[in-house]
Amino acid sequence: MTARIGVVTFPGSLDDHDARRAVRTAGAQAVELWHGDATLHSVDAVILPGGFSYGDYLRCGAIARFAPVMGELIAAAGKGLPVLGICNGFQILCEAHLLPGALTRNLARRFINRDVTIRIENASSAWTSEYKAGQEITVVLKSGEGAYVATDETLAGLHRKGQVLARYASGNPNGSVADIAGVVNEAGNVAGLMPHPEHAIDALTGPTVDGLPFFTSVLQLVRAA
Amino acid sequence: MINDDKAAGEPTSQQAASQQAASQQAASQQAASQQAASQQDTVQAANATAAKPQPYAALGLTGAEYGRIGSILGRRPTDAELAIYSVMWSEHCSYKSSRKHLRQFADKAPVTDVLLAGIGENAGVVDIGHGYAVTFKIESHNHPSYVEPFQGAATGVGGIVRDILAMGARPVAVMDALRFGPADAPDTHRVLPGVVAGISFYGNCLGLPNIGGELAFDPCYAGNPLVNALCVGVLRHDELKRAAATGPGNKVILFGSRTGPDGIGGASVLASASFGGAGEGAKRPSVQVGDPFMEKLLVECCLELYGAGVVVGIQDLGAAGVACATTELAAAGGTGMQIALDTVPLRDASLGPAEILMSESQERMMAIVTPADVEQFLAICAKWDVLATVIGEVTDTGRLEMTWRGELVVDIPPGSAADDGPVYDRPVRRPGSQDGLIADEPSRLPRPSDGASLRAALLTVVGSADAGDKTWVTEQYDSYVRGDTVLAMPHDAGLLRVDEANGLGVALAVDGNGRFCQLDPYQGTRLALAEAYRNVAASGARPLAVTNCLNFGSPEDPAVMWQFTEAVRGLADGCLELGIPVTGGNVSFYNQTGRAAIQPTPVVGVLGVHDDVRRRVRSGFTAPGDNIVLLGETRPEFGGSLWAWLVHGHLGGLPPKADLDVERRLAEVLVSASSEGLIESAHDLSDGGLAVALAESCLAGKIGCSVAPQGELTTFLFSESAGRAIVTVPSEAQSELTNLCARIGVPATVIGVTGGPALAVSGGFTVSLNELAAAHGAALPALFG
Repeated sequence: MTARIGVVTFPGSLDDHDARRAVRTAGAQAVELWHGDATLHSVDAVILPGGFSYGDYLRCGAIARFAPVMGELIAAAGKGLPVLGICNGFQILCEAHLLPGALTRNLARRFINRDVTIRIENASSAWTSEYKAGQEITVVLKSGEGAYVATDETLAGLHRKGQVLARYASGNPNGSVADIAGVVNEAGNVAGLMPHPEHAIDALTGPTVDGLPFFTSVLQLVRAA
Repeated sequence: MINDDKAAGEPTSQQAASQQAASQQAASQQAASQQAASQQDTVQAANATAAKPQPYAALGLTGAEYGRIGSILGRRPTDAELAIYSVMWSEHCSYKSSRKHLRQFADKAPVTDVLLAGIGENAGVVDIGHGYAVTFKIESHNHPSYVEPFQGAATGVGGIVRDILAMGARPVAVMDALRFGPADAPDTHRVLPGVVAGISFYGNCLGLPNIGGELAFDPCYAGNPLVNALCVGVLRHDELKRAAATGPGNKVILFGSRTGPDGIGGASVLASASFGGAGEGAKRPSVQVGDPFMEKLLVECCLELYGAGVVVGIQDLGAAGVACATTELAAAGGTGMQIALDTVPLRDASLGPAEILMSESQERMMAIVTPADVEQFLAICAKWDVLATVIGEVTDTGRLEMTWRGELVVDIPPGSAADDGPVYDRPVRRPGSQDGLIADEPSRLPRPSDGASLRAALLTVVGSADAGDKTWVTEQYDSYVRGDTVLAMPHDAGLLRVDEANGLGVALAVDGNGRFCQLDPYQGTRLALAEAYRNVAASGARPLAVTNCLNFGSPEDPAVMWQFTEAVRGLADGCLELGIPVTGGNVSFYNQTGRAAIQPTPVVGVLGVHDDVRRRVRSGFTAPGDNIVLLGETRPEFGGSLWAWLVHGHLGGLPPKADLDVERRLAEVLVSASSEGLIESAHDLSDGGLAVALAESCLAGKIGCSVAPQGELTTFLFSESAGRAIVTVPSEAQSELTNLCARIGVPATVIGVTGGPALAVSGGFTVSLNELAAAHGAALPALFG
C-alpha cells in the first residue's frame, strides 16, 4: 500500500501545495489535513509546511500551536509518528515544545530568500536516512525569522545527543546559533528545518534536486514498518 | 480536501470570538449612531434644504461638476451622495483627463482572437490555449508609498491581487516596477527600504512568488517615487467572473475585513493632489493599512466560492470602497440596488454613511449571490474565518438606494457615478524646452578609445545602483513559493509553469525608461514596449498581450498632457505594429513635486505564452567555448543612455530608434532558436548596452568571455540601439543559427566566445570576474546596508 503523508494547512500556510507535490514526487500519497480537524486520518507521517500561519502577527507559530489538529499530532509524535516541520512548521514545532529552542528574527532584520548549502549532520533520523552524514546539499532558505536560538544547556544537549540535523555550510545567513539550520528530537522522528527541501525536488523550479531524500527517507521508514 | 465539511459546520473558537465581538460592536455602533442619526443628511432633507452649502471643493469637485450632480438628481446631493460622486468622479476612478486618449487602445487594437475580456474589466483576460486563460494587470501606488513607504507599497500589492482574484483567477505571481530619487539621497534611504519591506511583507505572507520587475533611480522621483505592482492569475476559460449585479432579488454580500476609517478620501484627495502644493494642510489623507493574512484567507475563500458555483458577480473593493463597488456592479448589471449601510460591519463604530462609502479599508470583496446560495456562501466564508454580511439586494429599479437607520440617504442612477463622469479635453502643448533638450546631442560627449577609460566606464556603469546587482532587493522577496517559478530575477523575464503535464507556461516582463520618454515620449514609450516584448521573447515565449501603468505629472499642465498623449499614441501604434493588444492598464497623474513633474514614465508589461517551459532559455552563460552572437544592428545611439547619464551626467538628444518590425523579427529568431534548441542562453540589450549585458551574462553563469569589438569601441560597448540581444550557441549549431537569422532577416555577428576567468575585450581591456562581481554586487549593499 502507498504510504500516506499528511500535510497540514493552517490559515496562512503557503508551501502546503509544494510539500504535497514533493510527497507525490517521492512516490507517496499526499493527504490534505485541516487545522480545525482534530484527527490525523491515519496518515503515516505529517509535514507542517512553510508559510505565515495566522499571519505570524503574534510570535511565529504561537497560535497555530493551539490548533485542534495539534492535539492529535503532539500525542502521535510522542508515540513515534514521523513529523517534519519546514520553516513556519519548524517554528510551530518549537512553540509546541516538540523540538527544543526557538526561531527569532534574522540578524539583518530582513526577509532572506537565498539558495544555501547545508550539511546534514544527523543522517539517521526519520527524515534524513537517505543522506550520508556530512553530505552537503543546496536548498532554498526563505524566511524572516529563521535565526535559531537555544540556551547553552540545550545546545550542549543537542550536540551530545546528535540532535543537530543540519548546519549552514556556506556562511551563516541569519545569525543562527552554531550555524544550526535544523534539529531533531531525541527519538529521531520529529525534525524541524528552516530551509525548504520541498523547493529542491525539480531542477526546473528549484536550485537542485537535493531536497528529495527528505521525503524518500520517510517513505523508506514507513514501508519498512 | 478530506475534512472540509466538519470545519465548515462547527465554528472554531476564532469564529465564536468574532461573532461575539460583532454583537458587541453592533451595540456600540447603535449607541454612537443614535446620537448622529438626528444630524444625518437624508434625501428628504436634501429636498427640503436645497440651498445648504456643501464642501464640494474640499472633496475635489469643481463648481461645474457639483452643478452637474444637481442636474442629474434634480436636487442637491445628500452628503453621502456627494461622497460617492466625489470619489467616482475623481481622476483616479473616472480617468476624466485620460479617457479621451485611451480610446486609441481600442480604436487601434490589432485583430486578435486571444482576448477573452478586455479594457473596462478589472483586468484583461488572455487565452493561452489548452483551456487556460491568464489575467494580468499593473497598477500604481505611488503617492501612498511616499507618505508611508511600507504600508503604501504593501497595500499596492494587495490591491492588484484582488483585481486579479475578482476575474475568477487564482493569483499566481507578482512583479514590481520601482523608481526612486538618487540612490544616495537621504530620503531614498527612508523610502526604498520601506517600499521593499512592504512588498516583501505583503507578497511573501500572501504566498505569491515575486518573479521580476525593475529598479531605477533619478532625481525626478525624489519627492514622488513610483511603485507599480503587477499581478498575474490563471483560470480555466469557463471560470471567468464578471463584475455585474444581475438578477433582481439576488443578495449583495460584503466579505473580508471590517470597514474602518482607512484612507477616507484617499481616492480623490490623496491620489489627485500633488505634494508640496498649496492646501496641503487642509487635506489630511491617511494611508491604508494592509493585512496580507486576511488577503490570503480571502483568496482561498473566493476560490472555494467560485468552485462551489455560488457567485453570480464579484468586485474587489479598492479605491472608493463600497461607493465604487456598488455603483459599478449595479451599472454593469443594468440594475439597481437596495443597500442598508448600517449593516456594514465596522471597526470604528463612529463612522457615518459618507465615511463608510469612502473608506478604503483593505481586504474586502463584494459578491452578488442568489438567495438559495446565501447559506452555502456564508458557510464557506465561515470555514476560512472570513466575515461575510448580507448588506442588501439587487433591484430592478435602476436606482442605487441606500438607507441609514431606516432613512434614505442615497438615491442615484448608478451609471451616473460609475460611467458618466466628466470627460475633459485638457489643453495639450509641446513644451518650448523640448527643442533645446533634443538639440543637446550626445555626439558632443567624449568617447575615448583607450582601454583604461573604457574599463573605468564599464565599472562605473556596472557598479551603479541602476545597472548593479539587485539582489539586495530581490532577496527580500519569495520567488519559489507555489513551486512553478521557472525563471525569476535576474533573468530577462519571469517565467511560470501553468500546466505540469504539458509544460505550458507564461512569461512576463515590465519595462519603462523615463529618460527616453523625456527626450521623446512617443518613441520612448515604443522603446519600453519593445524592451518588454524582447525580454519575453528572450525566455523563449511568444509575446501575446500588453498591460500598462502610465505615470505622469499633472494633467492640468499642457506640457504633461503633451507627454501623455504622445505616450498613449506611441503605445497604441506600437501594439498595432506588433499585433498584440492592450488588455488594460492604469493611469497615474499628479506625480510631481510642487510644479516639477516626474519624467514621463509609462511602464509597459508584456505577457507571452511558452509552449514548453522545460525549454526555457536563461540569461547567464551556460558553458565555456560557446560562440557569442550579437543579434541586431548597433548604431552610435546615446541619447538617454545609461552611459551618457552615469559617465557624463548628460541627458539630451533623441532616444534610440524604435523599429518594431525589427523587434518582431528578433523575437521570431529568439523563439525559433529556443524551440529548435539552438541556443544555450539569451540576454536582451537595453540599459548600458552590450557592456552591461555581457557583464550580467558572465556573472549569472560564472563564466567569462572574450569579445572582439566591431567598429568604434564606445558604440560597441555602450550604445543602446534597440532590437538587439546576445545569444550563445555551441559552435556545431552556429551555421543553423546563421541560416535562421538570414531567413528571418536579423543581422547576426559572432563577436566572441565564452570561457575564462574574465570579461576580455580585445584591443581594449580585461576585467576579472571577481572584480566585476565586486563592483556589480556592491552598489546597493554599500548604500542600504
